[in-house]
Amino acid sequence: MTVLPPELAERLAAARSAAARADRRFGTTTSRRALETLPALAALLPGGALHTGSVYSVQGSVALATALLAGPSAAGEWCGVVGLPGFGAEAAAGMGVDLSRTVLVPDPGAEPVAVVDALVGALTVVLVGPVGRVAGAAVERLTARLRQRGTALVACTPLGAPGWPQSTAELAVTGSDWQGLGDGHGHLTGRVAEVVVQSRRSARPQRTRLWLPDHEGRVTPVTGPVAQVVRAAG
Amino acid sequence: MSARRTLVLWCPDWPVTAAVLGGQGTGPGGPSRRPVAVVDRGQVLAVSPAARAAGVSRGLRVREAQSRCAELVVLRHDPGAEARAFEPVLRAVEAVAPGVQVLRPGTCAVPARGSASYLGGETAAAAVLLDVLEQAGVPDARVGVADGPFSAEQAARTAERLPGYQVVPTGGDRPFLAGLPVDVLAPVLDPDAPDLLRRLGLRTVGAFADLSPGDVLARFGSSGGRAHRLARGDDVAAAGGRAPLPELGRTVELDPALDRADQVVATLRPAAEQLVAGLAGQVLVCTGLRVEVTDDLGGVVSRRWLHPRFFTADDVLDRVRWQLAGGGLGAPVARVDLLPEDVEPQGAHTEGLWGGGPDDHVHQALTRVQSRLGHRAVGTSVVGGGRGPADRTTFVPWGDRPLPARPGEPPWPGRLPPPLPSTVLTRPAQATVVGAAGSPAVLDDRGTLSVAPARFRVDEGGRPAAGWPVGWQPVQAWAGPWPADERWWTDDARGHPTGFLARLQVVGVDGSAWLLLVSAGHWWVEARYD
Repeated sequence: MTVLPPELAERLAAARSAAARADRRFGTTTSRRALETLPALAALLPGGALHTGSVYSVQGSVALATALLAGPSAAGEWCGVVGLPGFGAEAAAGMGVDLSRTVLVPDPGAEPVAVVDALVGALTVVLVGPVGRVAGAAVERLTARLRQRGTALVACTPLGAPGWPQSTAELAVTGSDWQGLGDGHGHLTGRVAEVVVQSRRSARPQRTRLWLPDHEGRVTPVTGPVAQVVRAAG
Repeated sequence: MSARRTLVLWCPDWPVTAAVLGGQGTGPGGPSRRPVAVVDRGQVLAVSPAARAAGVSRGLRVREAQSRCAELVVLRHDPGAEARAFEPVLRAVEAVAPGVQVLRPGTCAVPARGSASYLGGETAAAAVLLDVLEQAGVPDARVGVADGPFSAEQAARTAERLPGYQVVPTGGDRPFLAGLPVDVLAPVLDPDAPDLLRRLGLRTVGAFADLSPGDVLARFGSSGGRAHRLARGDDVAAAGGRAPLPELGRTVELDPALDRADQVVATLRPAAEQLVAGLAGQVLVCTGLRVEVTDDLGGVVSRRWLHPRFFTADDVLDRVRWQLAGGGLGAPVARVDLLPEDVEPQGAHTEGLWGGGPDDHVHQALTRVQSRLGHRAVGTSVVGGGRGPADRTTFVPWGDRPLPARPGEPPWPGRLPPPLPSTVLTRPAQATVVGAAGSPAVLDDRGTLSVAPARFRVDEGGRPAAGWPVGWQPVQAWAGPWPADERWWTDDARGHPTGFLARLQVVGVDGSAWLLLVSAGHWWVEARYD
């Protein structure tokens, strides 16, 4: 577990209590439950954590989508990955995903939403890849079932593609700065990713920088200045 | 305790007897005196008494068997012929004892209650049936009577030559089985299980039966659960009528009618798969199946088959094939009914999730998805050894044993250090890489590139997913080439790399990072850090 820097921890606590107040006031949830979330991501999400019954859209980064799965998975929840044939399992394991409790459906066939629907309730978090065009009614139904059955959905779409309708939060990696690679030498050691989060609860998008991943394959907040890699001209 | 009683008829070395009855292997000295061995895939499957006396035993290599007994007659294993030869025997048994069910060619079960009261007691029924079998050309058969078919078969197999039968008293299945070696559980568990059990210090069925059901399930999965129930003398599939489950059955009309068994079996495959998947959808497995074959003229051959574990689609088709081989039809086959008559809960686990203990509802949901998409469509992944990112991960279908394809133990020098790519293509996508002047980058046999990569693109058609960059992209930074000598996509027909193979990491100006493969002038995208 990474120790949060104090200012982040404060914001996290503030966000959590605000969310709890809002929940009490509006009685929005019956089965909404906060899941263990990687500390680096928790502060970015509405309510300070990943919640069951919610949909999170992630654009342009499988790594970021996987990182959302890592917290609940490491805490022992059953997770699923649907429609991502190239899911990098070893990278996911490095972020903390427990592969023995992570179910893969690389090719969900012609009706990916129906497959996700069958898994809702049994799995706590389902990561779904690009699903193509989905009828509005099917999405409505699925969203309702997510709330009923207590499952969180993470929808991973390419950058520029529309996110999943009715998302609680939309996350996107808008820039990547890969470290460790020179001009014919070195090897990738980590990436500083520019992450933008747009949620229904706040009007302004939130921007932050994360190690996605760092040199050990984990996801951590960028705290200090990042050492610039010297690149030979050429 | 079960009120049912089962009588099992067992013909020892049936493959040999079938071959002899079929006229093979006869010659000077008479059929039963000649040393005969039936072999399957190079191994002895069954032997005649004369061959056994000469030291030939089941499981030997053919060459070893022939060296022990020079005049050995070696016959090929032919399941169709064995089923065919068993058919007259079954008819003879049916004439005196109704309700015959086939366990496999050479072994059948009848409900003992009816036959015993008709023939004057279980012992008398056994004697009458042995007589019937002798007249049908099987002089050396055995009969066992017990509550369940498993115990009854074991009783038949351990019956003395004289009188040729063994009766286990009502309610005595468990004590009877307790004394048998664990080897008898092999057909129910799996062939390696007895060795494992012995290593665990469990030598007899009784010791296995004394384990707690939870431990057995955790270690051996659902087939272990079933073996455990059998060992405790709690055999659900006792011979005798059960209410059939018509809604789970499948009927296939053949139009036009087919007269070749292989055509019929091929046509039935989807139905057999649906049958098994339909049961799996309800977390059930079938252990007793009725196959009814109707010919073009309305003639029906109906037979009930039991399975020591549970029927897979292939098992169902085998039984149909055997039944067709048994004959009895006067015209081409017009219709086949597959009716599961005994079903059992699949158990809390599928096989192989040793000790993982998935929650029931997870297992049920995954099985439902499997029955919709196929067994191999749902699974988990295991990380093992290997250098390339795709080598290192093995996909394990749900219900199979999670073992990596390559051991993770050796250090695997040359593997990429973390961070690892978040997307690993199941099949590398073709790409093009050029130098600053636009000349293609080529890898020579010493592992050096002709030019430094300046621009790259993923080729048209090779792009696996939406959102991948289209067109040329300048290279911001790169490293490599690192030698990679494994060929993990050799099934790929689109050109094998013949020379030296190497990997590069490349970062484009848009910040995207890639893992490329190169061999001579051919490039592929292997993975993406996205």
